[in-house]
Amino acid sequence: MKQKIRIAAGQGFWGDLPDAPVRQVEGGPIDYLMLDYLAEVTMSIMQKQKARDPNAGYARDFVPLMLRILPTCVERGIKVTANAGGVNVRGCANAVIDVARELGLSGKVRIGIVTGDDIMPRLDDLLSRGIELRNMDTGEPLSTVRDRIQSANAYLGAWPIVEALKTGAQIVITGRATDTGLTLAPIIHEFGWAENDWNRLAAGTIAGHIIECGAQASGGNCQFEWRSIPNLADVGFPIVEASPDGTFVITKHERTGGWVVIPGIKEQLVYEMGDPREYITPDCVADFTTIQLEYEGRDRVRVFGIEGRPATEFLKVSISYSAGFKAVGTLVYSWPDAYDKAQAADRVLRARLDRLGLKFDQVLTEFVGASATHGPLAGPPRSDVPEVQLRVGVRGQDRNAVERFTKEIAPLILTGPPAVTGFAGGRPKVEEIVAYWPALIRKEEITPSVEVLDA
Amino acid sequence: MKAQLVKLAHARSGDKGDTANVGLIALSDEIYPILVREVTAERVKQHFKGICHGKVERFELPNLGALNFLLHESLGGGGTLSLMTDAQGKTFSTALLRMEIEVPDDLIFG
Repeated sequence: MKQKIRIAAGQGFWGDLPDAPVRQVEGGPIDYLMLDYLAEVTMSIMQKQKARDPNAGYARDFVPLMLRILPTCVERGIKVTANAGGVNVRGCANAVIDVARELGLSGKVRIGIVTGDDIMPRLDDLLSRGIELRNMDTGEPLSTVRDRIQSANAYLGAWPIVEALKTGAQIVITGRATDTGLTLAPIIHEFGWAENDWNRLAAGTIAGHIIECGAQASGGNCQFEWRSIPNLADVGFPIVEASPDGTFVITKHERTGGWVVIPGIKEQLVYEMGDPREYITPDCVADFTTIQLEYEGRDRVRVFGIEGRPATEFLKVSISYSAGFKAVGTLVYSWPDAYDKAQAADRVLRARLDRLGLKFDQVLTEFVGASATHGPLAGPPRSDVPEVQLRVGVRGQDRNAVERFTKEIAPLILTGPPAVTGFAGGRPKVEEIVAYWPALIRKEEITPSVEVLDA
Repeated sequence: MKAQLVKLAHARSGDKGDTANVGLIALSDEIYPILVREVTAERVKQHFKGICHGKVERFELPNLGALNFLLHESLGGGGTLSLMTDAQGKTFSTALLRMEIEVPDDLIFG
């Protein structure tokens, strides 16, 4: 058994720095590359793509990335875990197989696919059996939005990925799998941890939580002494160096920018946290109040002492549904009296919307440069503020009303308060709102499926 | 004396649906108990008046010298429904750091 394995984070979200995974593979020794592609509503975008083209519906960026890094991964024995499969895991795997063949790596790469997360085709069956899939936030049953659902997936944990690795997969592609599972699975696999080894599973889960947002653990978006953070232009993404006893070190490749410091790790630990004693994943319940941190050298933070508890009987389900339309328009007003002018323009715009009789669920006005981020806490802006951006958003069920709103922004330039600019982008776009519906389902309803394909 | 949290702590915030979470981290071990005493859920609710429309919950992480706050009904519906510039609550962290609290006169900052 190895005494240390290195798992590198390559993407903090779908759309993160395109070269980050390449730099992780080429910048120093690693055993695994972990890539998280799926935000909460990404699945619905992929469902739409698949409806138009049965070969689509996965994170397309993953395929050209594999073209770049697969030869190095094969040469150095680096394995990849990625939830790039979206709603078409097999399609994604086939595209990677094509890449492997194109690179002359046939017979040298095995690709594991994890499916069983997609419950979209089973929704009516589940609902008819009294499984209500109530919204975890509002308590409403799913039946209230049944006809507007666009995707429905259970979050799978680490174990199906472990099975794929055991079967010899070098690249494991999943659909909706937890970000933490993508990191935990390689550790379980390499060290042979048991399914009820709750403290260690919690440790591997917290390791995953720390690196799942990419450079946010290695100097990005770090408030602590942010001016002192070296060379963010060349920021190194975080790496977990895991040990069989469940302790691990967070680090990054040498000669990269950013930093790995205890205050920065603390910031990432509290990110998107709920009750710190109950960080619930499919694999365990991790207790963040047991985490201990210490330095083990420059850009090396050791994490230890972690305790966990048994996993719950449930999996989280992420459902997306169509929830109306929205649009946001902006204009910039300059000194003198920039804030007063922006406020006056908002009154003119709202009077016109009223006169048109347009109905919206919400109209929100913000003044960027005055109060858009901190609201009333910011206090009134300085009277000589050089410019203020008026930002008005509307949301409603009637697409035509939202469309009509977008035609009322530009005319304010010639028909409203003076010294206004900033309309180079043209008319605001109407966006369909795809909203998120979190729910729980009993684990026995979901059967993950694992298959390993030869390239 | 009074001191603003920005001199005593750093923070990171994020979202879960319509709830913003703010993790507030003391800059030193001496500061953490002062945060526990002064930065109560009630005070945070009062601080975010007009922004947070639901309840505020507080959790303690003495091992990290940190407090975690959940600010319910704060993100204009949350996620893709929200029309806010900061629909993900990313700047709630610095908004909390505006708060002023009572600290001992001889406190050494961070």
